[in-house]
Amino acid sequence: MRTHPATLPAPRAGGLGDELISRYGAGLRRRYLILAGLTLATILLALQAVAVGAYDLSPLKVLMILLGQGEGAQSVVVFNIRLPRIVAALVTGWGLGLSGMVTQSLLRNPLASPFTLGMSHGAAFGAAFAIVFLGAGAVSTSALYSAGSGDFMFSSLYAVTLMAFAGSMAATAVILLLARLRKMSASSVILAGVAMSSLFMSGTILIQYFATEVEIATVVFWTFGDVARSNWREITILAVATFLISLYFLRRRWDLNALLAGEETAQALGVHVTRLRLLGMFLASLLVALATAFHGIIAFLGLLAPHISRRLVGGDHRLLVPCSGLVGSALLLAADTVGRMLLGSGSLPVGVLTSFMGAPLFLYLLLKRSRL
Amino acid sequence: MTLEARDLHFTYNGQPVLRGLGLSLIHGEITGILGINGAGKSTLLRCLNRILRPQKGVVLVEDRDLSKLGGEQIARLIGYVAQSQEREPLSVFDAVLLGRKPHIKWQATSHDLDVVTRVLRQMGLEPLALRPVASLSGGEAQKVVIARALAQEPHLLLLDEPTSNLDLRNQLEVMELLMEAVRGQGLGAAVCLHDINLALRYLDRLVLMKQGRVHALITPAELDAEIIRQVYGVEAVLAEIEGYRVVIPRSASSRSQARPTTPLRT
Repeated sequence: MRTHPATLPAPRAGGLGDELISRYGAGLRRRYLILAGLTLATILLALQAVAVGAYDLSPLKVLMILLGQGEGAQSVVVFNIRLPRIVAALVTGWGLGLSGMVTQSLLRNPLASPFTLGMSHGAAFGAAFAIVFLGAGAVSTSALYSAGSGDFMFSSLYAVTLMAFAGSMAATAVILLLARLRKMSASSVILAGVAMSSLFMSGTILIQYFATEVEIATVVFWTFGDVARSNWREITILAVATFLISLYFLRRRWDLNALLAGEETAQALGVHVTRLRLLGMFLASLLVALATAFHGIIAFLGLLAPHISRRLVGGDHRLLVPCSGLVGSALLLAADTVGRMLLGSGSLPVGVLTSFMGAPLFLYLLLKRSRL
Repeated sequence: MTLEARDLHFTYNGQPVLRGLGLSLIHGEITGILGINGAGKSTLLRCLNRILRPQKGVVLVEDRDLSKLGGEQIARLIGYVAQSQEREPLSVFDAVLLGRKPHIKWQATSHDLDVVTRVLRQMGLEPLALRPVASLSGGEAQKVVIARALAQEPHLLLLDEPTSNLDLRNQLEVMELLMEAVRGQGLGAAVCLHDINLALRYLDRLVLMKQGRVHALITPAELDAEIIRQVYGVEAVLAEIEGYRVVIPRSASSRSQARPTTPLRT
């Protein structure tokens, strides 16, 4: 009579097997501890970031203010000025780090990221189009505030966001189509991304040609990403989207792991590869579009965060999904805080600093021809 | 019978690859699928587990029609070893744990870890379990891939050229491990092979494919020079050396002078 393992009671591995499982478990716990350490470091960095600035506060004082023990002026500085940009940096960094990791895993391309695939430029083009041609424009501090009144305009917010999403999706669609139609190498896909970026940048310049001075100022503002122009409404929208999309990718972490073993193997393990790739890229584009619509082009963060994360916790998406988000948060917050500290008054746009960090890594990866 | 395929048709870019192919696989037996390049062997395997969707025909596994099952349900029935393999950036343990994916709901249970440990031991991979897959030799990596398919606890294994990139020692090792697993656990199995001598030595039945159809369904003992000539267009003699039947090819041209194909006994 035929015996099948699926029909038998689960045999214990026993003895050496138990020892192996405990050693495996210890290795896994060590990587989760790294994740916990990183979370703690990011929280401490955030407290320090609130403390840094013209109005001097100690981290302990910041903690007291956050717990509702602050005085009027201090509370205003913390809650109205510093906290929005810090939370914006954390949420935007998480979103860009996660979407970078997702594009790399889904396209199985270590050079992929929202910036290198042209998704960020597509989003910026869409946003510029909305500002200039759909009348969703803007004043100097935020493109989403109406000129003169300073009132928040829902129509502007939605128009800019939707058009940014359309631009980001257009770049994504071209990349997916090229990757599907021809078996392109990782570098060729990035070259296609460069072409898309150039096209969108030219489009953005062309739009500026038809724009008024105020609109030009707003559009140019997009070219250097900055988290300073954040408000709680934008942050809330981005945070909810980031949370839900993170949950989706956590749910799909085993599918992303299966994809590491190759497309055919993933299919044989029950992964609907085409659906995962299309939906995953769609959600990554949405995150990039929101981040870009609210905070402009933040270069290379989506490339940096996943690669640092792989060094920290390895290629397993059970850890890589949260770690890429967390590293993205920490990096963007650190870059923004350094940008604030470098200049005595005002701050350096964070996109400039992430470019300085990301461009050398990109060149290194190109030279190394690394694989996922 | 673990698998039954009837009247499979598959066309790729307007070219018919499978033309009304039928096949059955039996528990505890390894069936070899042989034929020249382009005969449709790999396509057949992919149609059997629905990585490719045949345009016509039906595949039943344990009397269940695969076209009515989802991807994970199929993955609980069929383990598949693809011809080309990626070296995933995971440890051997995690790579084999991927085989539990069709069974895992949210996270791996202690049963999943036990199955992985048992399969690692069965394949002799326990000492390598915590090493990165990228650091393994070709033979070791191939065992990891087969271990992952076994960790699915499937009813049926499909393997596409599992020995093609291996040295002689690893070819024998992999085939012996496969035989042990298939016979020991009563699985059904189909293996695409180019090496006829390996097929003659280890497999229970041979399906010789030609132009998208089954040209011959025979036992290894029934293979003769005429079938080899018809399928491969090669003149060959079959000999028996130390109890093993071996094929000795003589010429790729069917027009060449063929010597008598009397079995040579040494």
